[in-house]
Amino acid sequence: MGMTMTQKILAAHAGLDKVEAGQLILAYLDRVLGNDITSPVAIREFEKLDIDKVYDKDKVTMVMDHFAPNKDIKAATQCKMCRDFCNEKEVTHFYDVGQMGIEHALLPEKGLVVAGDVVIGADSHTCTYGALGAFSTGVGSTDMACGMAIGKAWFKVPSAIKFELKGKLNPYISGKDVILHIIGMIGVDGALYRSMEFTGEGVASLSISDRLTMTNMAIEAGAKNGIFEVDEQTLNYIAEHSNRKPVVYKADEDAVYDETYVIDLSEIKSTVAFPHLPGNTRTIDNIGDVKIDQVVIGSCTNGFYRDIEEAASILKGKKIAKNVRAIIIPATQDIYLKAMENGLLRTFIEAGCIVSTPTCGPCLGGHMGILAAGERAVSTTNRNFVGRMGHPTSEVYLASPAVAAASAITGRITDPKEVM
Amino acid sequence: MKFEGTVIKYGDNVDTDVIIPARYLNTIDKKELASHCMEDLDTTFTSRVKAGDIMVAGENFGCGSSREHAPIAIKESGISVVIAKSFARIFYRNSINIGLAIVECPEAAEAIEEGHIVEADLDNGILTDKTTGASFKTAPFPQFIQNIIENGGLIESIRKGAVK
Repeated sequence: MGMTMTQKILAAHAGLDKVEAGQLILAYLDRVLGNDITSPVAIREFEKLDIDKVYDKDKVTMVMDHFAPNKDIKAATQCKMCRDFCNEKEVTHFYDVGQMGIEHALLPEKGLVVAGDVVIGADSHTCTYGALGAFSTGVGSTDMACGMAIGKAWFKVPSAIKFELKGKLNPYISGKDVILHIIGMIGVDGALYRSMEFTGEGVASLSISDRLTMTNMAIEAGAKNGIFEVDEQTLNYIAEHSNRKPVVYKADEDAVYDETYVIDLSEIKSTVAFPHLPGNTRTIDNIGDVKIDQVVIGSCTNGFYRDIEEAASILKGKKIAKNVRAIIIPATQDIYLKAMENGLLRTFIEAGCIVSTPTCGPCLGGHMGILAAGERAVSTTNRNFVGRMGHPTSEVYLASPAVAAASAITGRITDPKEVM
Repeated sequence: MKFEGTVIKYGDNVDTDVIIPARYLNTIDKKELASHCMEDLDTTFTSRVKAGDIMVAGENFGCGSSREHAPIAIKESGISVVIAKSFARIFYRNSINIGLAIVECPEAAEAIEEGHIVEADLDNGILTDKTTGASFKTAPFPQFIQNIIENGGLIESIRKGAVK
């Protein structure tokens, strides 16, 4: 019986020739990540170990993105705790305000993850890097602390679901629509404890940012990780961003999958997840009249340059609806700069949007766009749980950047084709 | 490990955002986190929970954000054990790592009702609903995980050289 792509990466990092689903292993870590919310708990746990050094100062990575720029005194104290720790332990990859971006957009851009890596992060959306052919998964702060100490983590080897992609996406349809479609189909625990492996001839037509969006939301189906087969586009992206050499793993021909789904990308429609679960999806032709108060375009799911560019292409020369607040958050400084140089910031500001410095901010109801009781937002983020963006009676509708931008113009959830 | 307590019951897909809303994640103080536990789902939880109470829930308990603050808040609020039909995987490993007892048992989670008195005998894998008399068998943890629990969590396991 052959191994899946994920199983091969895990076997190599556990020093084993072969692993099977369900096996418990200790695997070597190529990177250990935390943010300003999860790292303080990890630091508190790390200090109980009485160890002077982190296992590898180039592999431990901290990004101040959630409540940064510091939203209040407590948040400032947490960031300071991370900053002091990283200074003391001489951590190379500490990203503070000025260098930081939203972690899962920043790490690929900085070349900190390449194909074949094993990465853990104390953030559930760490599964994003599977788009580059790495095994990466979200863990908690204690796992982060132990990862920083010994450079290893325990894993139960997952089985996998295969998604065979074919065809090509239509205009205004993106990776977000595909992953929302999939979560709607299999449910929020449809991939619980398992890998989601994306393969097939359709992969080639998906941009790296579409793929990052899709693996980012693997956790929203309960998955341990999402992973894309590595192709020329992946290798070109890695070569452009990293000096490290990728290791390409391919699933065995006789790898066993729990299930296989064939997805025709040309049939995917704009898809929106209604409150309060990411699996509560409807296609754009079944939305009805949903009036909105706020639009958020950004996050680790959809704050990539192509997302910002797509939103700008829809908003160019138009005004957003009265009584709608539109918040655009490029995910990293480089994306922000490129958006500025290409005139996209002007487009947004002239349309009546604001453009924020990188931050997770409103996605998790932290700051920079909190909703009042009963308010509704269309957001390109990844979760629409009760109270996620603010008051427990507020509502979040998850959508693509194209749908979010079109909705900002009309003030209700709108098919991008309607405004173009 | 053996616990006995009164049941507080919730449904499916209880996410970590309702267990501890992100607006309170600007602190790592355990007591402060516990004071907001379950707030967006059940405003009565913090006032009625008693030390030793048992939380029972449906499918996919603890889904969403990886925040370890969620099992920390539950543990600190006094809950002795969480019984669910299934757990989201990050919450599951976080609970083991910090030493919050959790039990996956769909039959028990279905049958046990709010307010019942339940005994959880984790050493022998038996849950007993003392209100109805019904008892349920649970699957034991794999040895590797049992060792982490017996050592008092992952940090202690590393300190003792049991995980290296």
